[in-house]
Amino acid sequence: MNLNTCLRYAAIVAGLLVLGGCDKGKGGGGGGGGSGGSAKPATGNIVIGHFASMTGPQATFGISTDQAIRLAIKEKNAKGGVKGRQVELVTIDDAGKQTEAATAVTRLINDHKAVAVLGEVASSLSLVGGPIAQKAKIPMISPSSTNPDVTDVGDYVFRVCFLDDFQGWVDAKFAKENLKANKAAILYDQAQAYSSGLADYFEKAFKEMGGTIVTKQAYTGGNLEISSQLQSIKGAGAEVVFLPGYYSDAGTIIRKAKEAGITAKFLGGDGWDSEELPKIAGDAINGHYFSNHYAPEEDRPEVKNFVANYKKEYGKTPDGLAALGYDAALVLFDSMERAPSLDGKALRDAIAATKNFTGVTGTFSIDENRDAMKSAVIVEYKDGKQMMSARIEKK
Amino acid sequence: MSDSFTASDLLQTTINFLAVGGLYALIALGYTLVYGILRFINFAHSDIVAWGGWIALTVAGWGGWLATGSPAFALPVVLLATMALCAAMGVTIERLAYRPLRKAPRLNVLITAIGVSLFLQNVGLLDKFFGNRPTTISALLENSVIATIGGVQLRLFDMLTIGLTVVLVLVLERLVYGTKMGRAMRAVAFDERTASLMGVNVNVVVSVTFAVGSALAAAGGILFALRNDLRMTADSSWVLLGLKAFVAAVVGGIGNVRGAAAGALLIAFVEVFVHRYVNAAFPDKPWVGQLQDIYVFGILILVLMFKPSGLLGKATVEKV
Repeated sequence: MNLNTCLRYAAIVAGLLVLGGCDKGKGGGGGGGGSGGSAKPATGNIVIGHFASMTGPQATFGISTDQAIRLAIKEKNAKGGVKGRQVELVTIDDAGKQTEAATAVTRLINDHKAVAVLGEVASSLSLVGGPIAQKAKIPMISPSSTNPDVTDVGDYVFRVCFLDDFQGWVDAKFAKENLKANKAAILYDQAQAYSSGLADYFEKAFKEMGGTIVTKQAYTGGNLEISSQLQSIKGAGAEVVFLPGYYSDAGTIIRKAKEAGITAKFLGGDGWDSEELPKIAGDAINGHYFSNHYAPEEDRPEVKNFVANYKKEYGKTPDGLAALGYDAALVLFDSMERAPSLDGKALRDAIAATKNFTGVTGTFSIDENRDAMKSAVIVEYKDGKQMMSARIEKK
Repeated sequence: MSDSFTASDLLQTTINFLAVGGLYALIALGYTLVYGILRFINFAHSDIVAWGGWIALTVAGWGGWLATGSPAFALPVVLLATMALCAAMGVTIERLAYRPLRKAPRLNVLITAIGVSLFLQNVGLLDKFFGNRPTTISALLENSVIATIGGVQLRLFDMLTIGLTVVLVLVLERLVYGTKMGRAMRAVAFDERTASLMGVNVNVVVSVTFAVGSALAAAGGILFALRNDLRMTADSSWVLLGLKAFVAAVVGGIGNVRGAAAGALLIAFVEVFVHRYVNAAFPDKPWVGQLQDIYVFGILILVLMFKPSGLLGKATVEKV
């Protein structure tokens, strides 16, 4: 009985450790990172916070972004840092969960005294972190949350990626003009704001261009016994299936759709951009397309340098989320150099004043809604590899 | 939408329905067996299903069968090894977590079961176990076309799910109604105290019950993983899968083996058929299809309202 009791307690303690032990943060606040207020010392490391899904169903999003931010910081520090001070990154894992995202941002601001927060990839998580940063008056830059609501939270929340209304329009334009499709089906994840939002924008744009949505089907992420949805799509005779879900679902769905005899082209959003997608989908992925922020083989010095350095550091080709993470960090450094001080207000104003910034994902300005105005690329999978198919400029 | 109502579409929908029903049945049986004997809901059951999927991946990795062109014997080996490992896991959990609470109020066991569930979910996330990234086991076996009937391709995974379920349910029937151990199980389910006075070793019966339930869960986990790829052990999709199987067990009459199978078929029928045809009937109203899970849980509410003991359950008087 005693042994059993011990084991049970051990089990409970181990469970708690696992639940609470997801912090991948690097140490504490890093010495004199700043004690807040006007007495902020101008020495010591500058702490930047990053909240990201380092684990969980969107783990590759957070890991890619984090690696690229660390690369940007390493390069910046090698050149002498920002305002003569070294930059330090504190990353807190939110496991792709809303509750943990709130805790992560609060800890970055209160415990680690971050001067600015980078994150998240998933819009639903940026929508959780944004209000916390806004309330603390600490600027937050989301590298890749594309849902329009993200920056509506307040004047301290920015992004360096395009928006879903634009992305939905890009996908519709590509389906209509490049794929010459008139009949499209939509299959979206009803549990993700990103997916349902993108589905609506695609539907609206595709109809405006004269196309027909033959059927619109929903699934819930992870719950992929969706044979009846696939049958409805097959029966409706779509030429293109718009699938704006995340890669972990999209890979399985594309494989199952092929087995169900669906021959239509699949078209997705930037949520497909992961090295895991072709692994999960297998051969079925070839010949399908998704809209993205950049293509690694594009012939520009910014892209070439970034791809080469990232490959050297991490041994793989950076995905679009890495490119955006890198650009978010560069925009932040640029703003820090321009800002008179690193106060939340001064830094916010400097970020808002970013004009014609040339990064890995193109040249963009921050507009009055704190969004980036830029173009998109369409990527095709060939032999399991991403190939640039088209660049679509803003409307 | 005229395409939706052809005979081949009906056949395809029927196959989907049977496959999903089989999957739910395998998992529902574990819930119903444990409830029948011990009168408590094993909330950790869906985690055994998840672990079953991941253990299968691990075993297949040991055998080097995660590249295309795996030998034909790979799946049976993986299946049997995983069922054996999960059976051992179920017995161990019962021994360590539930047996010490056999005489405690039922609520204590229930809370312990939730604890075991959280423990398994989070331990599975560790890199030393299965890690925290979704992955696929599809290289173990190709989902090839077995035959084509009336324009419908019969796929291996669907046929395997249906076939394996039928075989395992028949074996279970034989075990429960045709063997000495089965008689002991029914005796303990009927009255544990009297059964033990008659010389039935209750601990052995309970261990066997957990072993059988967990082995069935493992089979369900492997089939689910083959069909839908693998999500992390803490992913909500496993909980939803377990919840639907649990609803199937309750709808069929919890504690009743045939009831669990019947309940699973009913749930799958609602999920697949109603979704397919009700949805197709309202092409302009996508929200009709979004209610898929609501139809399933609506059935539960209806059954609980009009036949609380379940479709095949016996009405019992609560002992005070």
